[in-house]
Amino acid sequence: MGVARYIKDEKGAITEVVYQSGMKIKPGYGPQDLADAGFSYETDLGEPGEFPFTRSLHPQGYRSRAWTTRQYTGFGTPEQTNERFKLMIANGQNGLNVAFDLPTQMGYDSDHPLAEGEVGRVGMAVDSLKDFLTAFDGIPLDRIGSGLTINAVASIMMAMYQALGETKGFDRTKISCTPQNDILKEMIGRGAWIFPVEHGVRLVGDSIAYAVKELPRSNPVSICGYHIRESGATPAQEIAYAFEIARAYIDTVAQRGIDPSDFVGRFSFNFNVYGNLWEQVAKFRAARKIWAQMLKEDYGVTDKKKLFLRGLFGGGGSGLTKEQPENNIMRGAFYALGAALSGAQTTALCSFDEAYTIPTPRSALLSLKTLELLMDEVGLRDTVDPLAGSYFIETLTLEMADKIKEEMAWVKEMGGIVSGISDGMIQKKVSQQAYEFEKGLQSGEYKKVGKTPGKEDEGADVELHQYNAAWAKSSKDSLAAVKRTRHEKAVADTLRALEKAAKGKDNVMPPLVECCKAFATVGEMADVFRQVFGEWQEPIFY
Amino acid sequence: METLNKIRVLVAKPGLDGHDKGAKIVALALRDAGMEVIYSGLHQTLDQIMSTAVQESVDVIGLSIMSGAHLPICEKLTAMIKEQGLDNVHLVVGGVIPNQDVQVLRKMGVAAVFPGGTSFDTIVSGINGLFQ
Amino acid sequence: MPEKVPDIQPDPPVEIRQILDGDVMAGARLIRCIEAGDPAAAQMLGKLYSHAGNAFVIGITGPPGAGKSTLINSLITMFRKKQFTVGVVAVDPSSRKTGGAVLGDRVRMQAHAGDKGVFIRSMAARGAAGGLARAAKDTCLVLDAMGYEIIIVEPVGSGQADLEITTLVHSLGLVAIPGTGDGIQAVKAGLLEAADLFIVNKTDLPGAASEMMTLEHLVQQRSLEPDTWQPPVVGTCARTGEGVDRLADLFLDHRQFMKDHQVLEKIQTAQAGEYFNTLVRQMVMDRIDPWIDRQVAAFLDTAAQKAAVAADPYQAARKLADRLTRFLAEPDSEVF
Ligand code: B12
Ligand SMILES: Nc1nc2c(ncn2[C@@H]2O[C@H](COP(=O)(O)OP(=O)(O)OP(=O)(O)O)[C@@H](O)[C@H]2O)c(=O)[nH]1
Ligand SMILES: [Mg+2]
Repeated sequence: MGVARYIKDEKGAITEVVYQSGMKIKPGYGPQDLADAGFSYETDLGEPGEFPFTRSLHPQGYRSRAWTTRQYTGFGTPEQTNERFKLMIANGQNGLNVAFDLPTQMGYDSDHPLAEGEVGRVGMAVDSLKDFLTAFDGIPLDRIGSGLTINAVASIMMAMYQALGETKGFDRTKISCTPQNDILKEMIGRGAWIFPVEHGVRLVGDSIAYAVKELPRSNPVSICGYHIRESGATPAQEIAYAFEIARAYIDTVAQRGIDPSDFVGRFSFNFNVYGNLWEQVAKFRAARKIWAQMLKEDYGVTDKKKLFLRGLFGGGGSGLTKEQPENNIMRGAFYALGAALSGAQTTALCSFDEAYTIPTPRSALLSLKTLELLMDEVGLRDTVDPLAGSYFIETLTLEMADKIKEEMAWVKEMGGIVSGISDGMIQKKVSQQAYEFEKGLQSGEYKKVGKTPGKEDEGADVELHQYNAAWAKSSKDSLAAVKRTRHEKAVADTLRALEKAAKGKDNVMPPLVECCKAFATVGEMADVFRQVFGEWQEPIFY
Repeated sequence: METLNKIRVLVAKPGLDGHDKGAKIVALALRDAGMEVIYSGLHQTLDQIMSTAVQESVDVIGLSIMSGAHLPICEKLTAMIKEQGLDNVHLVVGGVIPNQDVQVLRKMGVAAVFPGGTSFDTIVSGINGLFQ
Repeated sequence: MPEKVPDIQPDPPVEIRQILDGDVMAGARLIRCIEAGDPAAAQMLGKLYSHAGNAFVIGITGPPGAGKSTLINSLITMFRKKQFTVGVVAVDPSSRKTGGAVLGDRVRMQAHAGDKGVFIRSMAARGAAGGLARAAKDTCLVLDAMGYEIIIVEPVGSGQADLEITTLVHSLGLVAIPGTGDGIQAVKAGLLEAADLFIVNKTDLPGAASEMMTLEHLVQQRSLEPDTWQPPVVGTCARTGEGVDRLADLFLDHRQFMKDHQVLEKIQTAQAGEYFNTLVRQMVMDRIDPWIDRQVAAFLDTAAQKAAVAADPYQAARKLADRLTRFLAEPDSEVF
């Protein structure tokens, strides 16, 4: 049943429940449980909108503002992506989350041999500023913020976004982008890494340091527990590793002499909503508290707003099945419920065709409408943190916090997250768990409706998003046109300046902005980094 | 006496696709079924996969492809396998593979396709079955 | 689940010529047959034998996780820069329970896949003691005959001193990590005499300098006869490649030293002798193993002898062993 472990007696009654993070659940909870756990309203909960923010970041929760919806969008050419952006906005979406194709994420232009077959396939292809100008044409960049789901070359894309804004007449202080820019989690479980870890972290540091000064409305990094969870981590590990990753970024920027108080308020997070509902709610409530405490205690941050755990809590893809895909619509709704009960500030859902292809307009809109429905029809905006005070939820939240802290302590013992990742210790643990979990799914120990253990399903007849090889041609042609018309000397000069910064200690962001404005390509900029930094070698996983 | 001969499998991640959970756990499942598994790591070019398969004289190349690029990738790789005369190497493919592509892949010369949701048992007996 | 044995008869049949010409597919297939215990492969090895002996064989040993594979990856780069062709034999443990294995060393060297001058072969230990696959030695022979100039062997990482590797390499590097005391432990356990180079890897970690100093001190205590190789202590950071160029040079220096002092030939002769011994032992064991099984079964066939075993297995075993060895010495005698 579900993703927790359920042990039953011969009559089928549940005798034991163990959540993925390791908490054992009792048949019932009462005041004594809170007393046993040492629960204190003051220190563990606090008022909504007050430290430690277990209940909420804002005193009124969704009363003051419903969540921001940001469906992951992007495919094919910039023209098509632009059209899809506009469709989503016209349907009430109030933020963008841009999906890039794999060549772009890996720093290859559309005409690179390694890009063959992948151009525009799982996201939009971006080679130069020209593509951004097209993709964001007619989008009010001062009102709509954009998540840019890109990591290894996030610095390039943030520079590109600034160049886009300035070219379109939006001052850089008015635009808001959130590049994902979390290279360490790519190395744990998303795979779009390029440079060795220390250089990867340096680029993250450069972009944070730059954004703090120059892009006041942008959030230069979105740390992702989401992907770590999807790779096989438990909910507790998801939070713990993300926080330790955040610590690595804070430390790298602080080493440049910048006070953490000046930038941690700009960190955002991306977490996963999938699994046992109560475990999810406890996870987010515990996470808000631990983050605020960590910043306060370890970094001396005091300003309330800078202690906020802001971010996107989105429905996970691993929970969705290929079998009976329509069931995924319901699953999505329940993940969204979990997100709402957890006080998600921004959210998104994987669509019901998740196990098939990237979403069609129909499936993407269904997800968007699910989110809207939850805010508008169910009563989730009525009162803040509606589960607060529940004997069960409060006990669970405390237990969850302990589990998260245990995992954080384990990471520290290994010498920190960077060495845990370089040595492959984290990956090893996560993939071993993924293996065990998958065996549990196949044996029926974990239940998914529509899946019968021992029986394989052909899947259903689902309308598929169709890839069109012509998009690749269009991208290549457009790239060739850019190369024909741009000012080659300016390109060479700006790339040289970039190389100099990369080799030395200067921040790479200013030269990157100049490269973008000169229409240097993503591949050209990434090649400079490749030459200076080299490439990462992944550790062994078992 | 222990069997000296083991099925050797190269579990490979071709191209830019970074999804590695499936590949890694399948590698573990094949190990636990008594096979000797070589995992290529991410971002492999087809040339790298070919030369690894040759040097390691594997019996099976198992690709894990999630990005949707399975058709162009397999088209090229099956051609390379033919061209280089790796006649006794079986190519199998797992990942996000829509139903209608399974036959297309089989026609190209892919020995077995294991789309999302395939159980380890089916995969193991499918691979064992290639040698009967 | 019954294990299906794949049909791996090399097809087309491997010709000696192909191996000597460095045909990668033929070489790889031959290795596959050797691993499978194919008698035809053994015959082929015999024919290759006189063509081998040109490669410089290096061993990189050390505890699990010391960075052996990472180091080999960087070493390959360095040797390739010097225009050498390189073969690698990397041995990983087999699962005791299932006999399967994930051969992971290769992932670290995968950057070299596609380089025609590099041949990397992973092997499972398959329960062989000492961390070396039974076939590792023969694989080195094949790679040697194929013309690889430098061959690097990585045995299974082992906690204790693993001396088996010394029977097949010309030059042995022992990798230690700072702060673990592993290196010092290994030296004390007898690898001091066996290792030709001491490598302190992960110099980016704290404690590297002091680890190196302790090792140097220990090495210097070794009684120095004139004209013997003084094992150097090298610090490397395999991850960045720092110090690995020097390591590569030192291995080559060692080879030069061995040549200059006629040591290389001596080592090769000694190893050949030892290997001959092993071969004989193995072949005899392979043949008499089933015979012993049969004799034991026959012995237990009578109630009286069963009772004897139950009463005093030591005594009974000694008796049977005496009879069997006597029979081996004088085949005309009767076992029973
Ligand atoms: C988990 C997941 C992720 C995780 C990956 C974690 C990791 N470390 O692998 C995260 C969140 C990081 C991720 C990211 C992305 N994802 Co994703 N992801 C998924 C998801 C939800 C599940 C995949 C999975 O791991 N399943 C579990 C494993 C056990 O099953 P499996 O992989 O199918 O493997 C089984 C079989 O296929 C087979 N098998 C698999 N490999 C092999 C190999 C061999 C040798 C054999 C014999 C068998 C075999 O055996 C397994 C056991 O049954 C799928 C959707 C889905 N439900 O399938 C999307 C999905 C694959 N992702 C998708 C996309 C687009 C992405 C992104 C590229 C998005 C973007 N634009 O940035 C990113 C980037 C990733 C990258 N760098 O390439 C798309 C692909 C679209 C397509 N094919 O048309 C999917 C289908 C979702 C969707 N509908 O949009 N993703
Ligand atoms: N800090 C640091 N880590 C290193 C260095 N060299 C290797 N490592 C790390 O050490 C870990 C083990 O490296 P491997 O090369 O797999 O070690 P190994 O000795 O081959 O391990 P086994 O084959 O499993 O015995 C990996 O995480 C490497 O990244 C180094 O110079 N510095
Ligand atoms: Mg190794």
